[in-house]
Amino acid sequence: MSTEAQIPVTDTPFQIAGRTLRSRLILGTGGFPRLETLADAIRATRAELVTVALRRIDPGARGSLVDVLEECGVELLPNTAGCFTARDAIVTARLAREAFETDWVKLEVIGDERTLLPDAPELLLAAEELVGDGFVVLPYTNDDPILARRLEDVGCAAVMPLGSPIGSGMGIRNRYNIGLIVERAGVPVILDAGVGTASDAAVAMELGCDGVLCASAIARAHDPVAMAHAIRAAVEAGRLARGAGRIPRRVYAQPSSPGEGMADLTPPAR
Amino acid sequence: MILVNGEPSERDGATIVELLTDLGVEDRARGVAVAVNGEIVPRPLWRERRVGDGDHVEALTAMQGG
Repeated sequence: MSTEAQIPVTDTPFQIAGRTLRSRLILGTGGFPRLETLADAIRATRAELVTVALRRIDPGARGSLVDVLEECGVELLPNTAGCFTARDAIVTARLAREAFETDWVKLEVIGDERTLLPDAPELLLAAEELVGDGFVVLPYTNDDPILARRLEDVGCAAVMPLGSPIGSGMGIRNRYNIGLIVERAGVPVILDAGVGTASDAAVAMELGCDGVLCASAIARAHDPVAMAHAIRAAVEAGRLARGAGRIPRRVYAQPSSPGEGMADLTPPAR
Repeated sequence: MILVNGEPSERDGATIVELLTDLGVEDRARGVAVAVNGEIVPRPLWRERRVGDGDHVEALTAMQGG
């Protein structure tokens, strides 16, 4: 961002599993109406990591997603979206490793079609097995500080708590829990799911998250490329604000102009 | 009879490479993975592995998601 060129701001690099990422925004590729729009949005976000799903080959598909992503110079982060059991998620992760030659996986094990909320016991089981199999596991998890800690304990390279359900755009429903997860985490915390607009991404970063993963808010916006710019700027703004240290909240006002030296404007009594 | 991505097919005895060609995929295609009956078939085995009656083949690639 141009501010950085004018005012030097020091920040620690964003690292996952020892790898430094230049962008704290990870883009989900789901929901973009056209591959061209996706490519423009990727450039606007400056993301270097983008998620993809693994699905049956469609002989009638127009254009290759893999080719478009390669042209954009981004790396693929395969997900296990749509898996309801640890077993399915594990097999899907291994298929993704075979397909994309990456051992990074965004691990999703979903418990329910309606909410798409994670199934905690299955998620933990799958995470442990995949870590043991050499994967760099980035689990999509509930905003539960204990589960986040358990995922870290089994060796996950990051934790990705939800702000609110996938695609809901409801922002961060429990800021307190996200704050607790950040406070205790020894691995990066990436806010995943729920971002509806730029301010939600800024709040995540102000709460101390290390990054934000965002798909629907950009892909399904009226102007996805403009929203991609907005959310990139919000992630950077939130990160700067977190580092700057916000003022405490107060119940009552605190004057910002001095109380001393006020003019006495009362007319003298005659 | 086999199933390829859920569709019945008479290609019993075909190799994985041949099945992928049917789907319009080159054998060197990036971003493709194959499972037979829920077991991954690694890329180096695609030329030799043949499918037989009752096999369920899943041929997968990257789609927009997540």
